[in-house]
Amino acid sequence: MAPQQRKPHVCRNPDLIRGVGKYSRSKMYHKRGLWAIKAKNGGAFPKHEKQTVAAAPTEKPPKFYPADDVKKPLVNKRKARPTKLRASITPGTVLIILAGRFKGKRVVFLKQLTSGLLLVTGPFKINGVPLRRVNQSYVIATSTKVDISGVNVEKFDDKYFGKKVEKKKKKGEGEFFEAEKAEKNTLPQDKKDDQKSVDAALIQSIEAVPDLKSYLGARFSLKAGMKPHELVF
Amino acid sequence: MPFKRYVEIGRIALVNYGKDYGKLVVIVDVIDQNRALVDAPDMVRGQINFKRLTLTDIKIDIKRVPNKKTLVAALEAADVKNKWESSSWGRKLIVQKKRASLNDFDRFKIMLAKIKKAGVVRQELAKLKKETTA
Repeated sequence: MAPQQRKPHVCRNPDLIRGVGKYSRSKMYHKRGLWAIKAKNGGAFPKHEKQTVAAAPTEKPPKFYPADDVKKPLVNKRKARPTKLRASITPGTVLIILAGRFKGKRVVFLKQLTSGLLLVTGPFKINGVPLRRVNQSYVIATSTKVDISGVNVEKFDDKYFGKKVEKKKKKGEGEFFEAEKAEKNTLPQDKKDDQKSVDAALIQSIEAVPDLKSYLGARFSLKAGMKPHELVF
Repeated sequence: MPFKRYVEIGRIALVNYGKDYGKLVVIVDVIDQNRALVDAPDMVRGQINFKRLTLTDIKIDIKRVPNKKTLVAALEAADVKNKWESSSWGRKLIVQKKRASLNDFDRFKIMLAKIKKAGVVRQELAKLKKETTA
């Protein structure tokens, strides 16, 4: 019998009120079947032999005792988890970015990374937003969904977006500064290819819906008479 | 100006405050100076203050406090739902509800449609202007 197939066991002694069970001690003894276990074992409850613990190596007394009591830190059992994703945000949802360089842009949600940030893309050809990470708090989720089944986002994780570590250079002057500036501005070609491959499938499913392309290309803004708390997104 | 819409048994009213806000109910009995007994197909019959009701033009033919079955039959016979939804008041409410439930994408599509319509109207106007001046 595999352990997963067992029915969940109902409590043998349900509470009448908190602290008072329905059955007395003698009734519970009978219910637990201890009498049957004892009978099987010839009148006494089966004991197992005490396992001899291997003698621990004798510890030397410490050389130093602190003058005052040292407090032990409290035990912390928290597990680091990615932020809980709002129920309205599912892969393919159109999000409105509220802050930063791309504020107001409507953008397609791809997946949540292990850091909790949301992986998002414009698509780049439509509104200039590249593959980017965005915090859930700076985003409004609309109820518009895009079909994202043709897109493979397995390879993107937080390390992909991390800053590149540079080799340390010897300190120079003059020419050194100019050379540095020229290197930093270009985006590596493989990132551009990643963008293109993700966007290709997306743009196809976007063009299938009328007006969706121009919708994603337009920025969101509050106009006169719009009350955010009454708007349905 | 005389009153046109009276509180009477069978008068259809719109609830304008409270838990049943926006519902169409039938006045089924008058309790006292301030309260009426109202009923609707989808609610339990109960009392409501007149201040929470706005009377409509629609009236149905029922006796005082009918059964739910009789009430529903009378509402069907008088075709209250269609009369309400084709009245200008009813249509306005429907439009308000639709506007409130619009998606961000829907609002965008409506904006495009409005611009298109305005363009067409402006073209026609320009044509007409040309004709009158020519």
